[in-house]
Amino acid sequence: MSTTRQEPDLRGRKVLLHDMCLRDGMHAKREQIPVEQMVKVATALDEAGVPLIQVTHGAGLGGNSLQHGFALASNEAYLSAVAPKMKQAKVSVLLIPGLGTMRELQSAYDCGARAVTVATHCTEADTSPQHIAYARKLGMDTTGFLMMAHLNDPVNLAQQGKLMESYGAMTVYVVDSAGYMLPGDVTARMKALRDALKPETEIGFHGHHNLGMGIANSLAAIEEGATRIDASVGGLGAGAGNTPTEVFVAVCDRMDITTGCDLFKLMDMTQEIIFPMMDHIVRVDRASLTLGYAGVYSTFLLHAERLGKKYGIPARDILVELGRKKMIGGQEDMIEDTALNLAKERGLLPTPKAA
Amino acid sequence: MKKIKCALIGSGNIGTDLIYKLKRSAVLEPVWMVGIDAASEGLARARDMGLKTTAEGVDGLLPHVRSDGIQIAFDATSAYVHAENSRKLNELGVMMVDLTPAAIGPLCVPPVNLRQHADKLEMNVNMISCAGQATIPIVHAVSRVQPVDYAEIVASLASKSIGPGTRANLDEFTYTTSDALVRVGGAKRGKALAIINPAEPPMIMRNTINCLTEGEPQQARIIDSVLSMIEEVQKYVPGYQLVNGPVFDGRRVSVFMKVAGLGDYLPTYAGNLDIMTAAACRTAEMFAEEILAGTIQLRATEAA
Repeated sequence: MSTTRQEPDLRGRKVLLHDMCLRDGMHAKREQIPVEQMVKVATALDEAGVPLIQVTHGAGLGGNSLQHGFALASNEAYLSAVAPKMKQAKVSVLLIPGLGTMRELQSAYDCGARAVTVATHCTEADTSPQHIAYARKLGMDTTGFLMMAHLNDPVNLAQQGKLMESYGAMTVYVVDSAGYMLPGDVTARMKALRDALKPETEIGFHGHHNLGMGIANSLAAIEEGATRIDASVGGLGAGAGNTPTEVFVAVCDRMDITTGCDLFKLMDMTQEIIFPMMDHIVRVDRASLTLGYAGVYSTFLLHAERLGKKYGIPARDILVELGRKKMIGGQEDMIEDTALNLAKERGLLPTPKAA
Repeated sequence: MKKIKCALIGSGNIGTDLIYKLKRSAVLEPVWMVGIDAASEGLARARDMGLKTTAEGVDGLLPHVRSDGIQIAFDATSAYVHAENSRKLNELGVMMVDLTPAAIGPLCVPPVNLRQHADKLEMNVNMISCAGQATIPIVHAVSRVQPVDYAEIVASLASKSIGPGTRANLDEFTYTTSDALVRVGGAKRGKALAIINPAEPPMIMRNTINCLTEGEPQQARIIDSVLSMIEEVQKYVPGYQLVNGPVFDGRRVSVFMKVAGLGDYLPTYAGNLDIMTAAACRTAEMFAEEILAGTIQLRATEAA
């Protein structure tokens, strides 16, 4: 006798979609999205009913740097151009403590941002209290975002979420920055988080598609009570991209999960606006699959490819080594350091100059 | 030989590590440890190491300053209480070495500008931050060769080496360090990034220093300047090591450093702790040597 696996019954669930293509997608565009194009994309997302749109440098507030690249415009210029054009959508920003500061958050608020994602590595939530508190003081929709969540077990991850909640986070996210998690990993973490947090605190999930699990993982999260899902229209994001918004909305429509988004409008903008913007096809390929397989921060991809070429080392070797050395988001400088070390080991560089 | 008596304020990682450093010094002697929690492990450790302790904050120390001959104090509390601590102790003629990001006194990086501060008889010098101590010497090494338009540093720190004070006040760390890249490093603009990595076993402190020079970098002179600066820092932090670079890419100069600690209080991965306490100790020693030689005399500041 054979049984067919039943889809979980998620009928009637409501999910708030948070689009990432103008923030995570900045990574895939090497931070080179012109202001006019941001406005065009954001306007189309607004038109399609997407309620929350993130707009910043890929690394968030304070991201403009040699470490993370310089965008075509300042965060303030992007936000001031996009925010006034929104008819229903709210504009959010990313803030990673250690990179972004409260001064930059104030400035983003002054330019129209009304929601913020305060992101830390999944074990370092206690670096976020002042930023979360400041965002709440400004009256912003405030989310705590636990990155590289596969590197922490469910119970301890939930404790980190609890800390963010205690600082004032209204929503706590499990973030699969490396696109490494399988649905079971997501289920365990979301469940632990739901059990640990107050009932009024929302939970959410941010996926990357490096193992093709973006949609499945997001559904697993909803099953455990997630009411917010990050996705990116056309999948434009770091690594193999984020959970593609239009695909996710199609699946939600089929499952009677309410997103309030217009599927056909999203499909159209993907085809007509997003795909033509892409410098490379954002998909699972050799390097992005390596990220997911080895559990490496998705943003490292393009840096590893560039530096791999410079020093004659395959990007995959650099990424695997970074995974082995347990490098985390923000340590992009260690990509060149690792490439240099590998090049020295392989006799591709003279040994360092002695005094 | 006579030693200058010192008080330590703050019994966390930094204060405890300082006890080890001061005990080895030829001119400094740790006498008091000041805390705020009578039950704290830090105060118990200090007592075990032979220091007098108070759990009543700086006010608990003040009545003993004159009788115990305290001349130098190290503040490893937080930016928010430092100003008050400093005012009270300066009034009694005690010189302050500030290890918080308060930065109310001039910023000090020993191989760059310690001499100037000692000559001016500053009563409060600030040690910036661990990242500042680890990176500003390199920025200065480049900027003394040719103008630096922009300096950007990335400090990667082992999670276990970062105490609760720094974690809760990360922005102060960022602001103070960024500012010091300009004021002490000599760059026209500066930006500091901090990453806290929880890997096990803990990673050794890493620092990447990037400078954008004005005009083409003078490669040979920059390499010489950086290598000789590294030797200067190694005099008080032996584990300060070049891993890669200087790498030149257009106007960009990149230097990849690692800092292994001496393993006094925390294991050797916590180079960030060592470079801060070693710099503070080096700074106090310079003042102490001058006091002992009679070339400078600390004076009580006027009450404000």
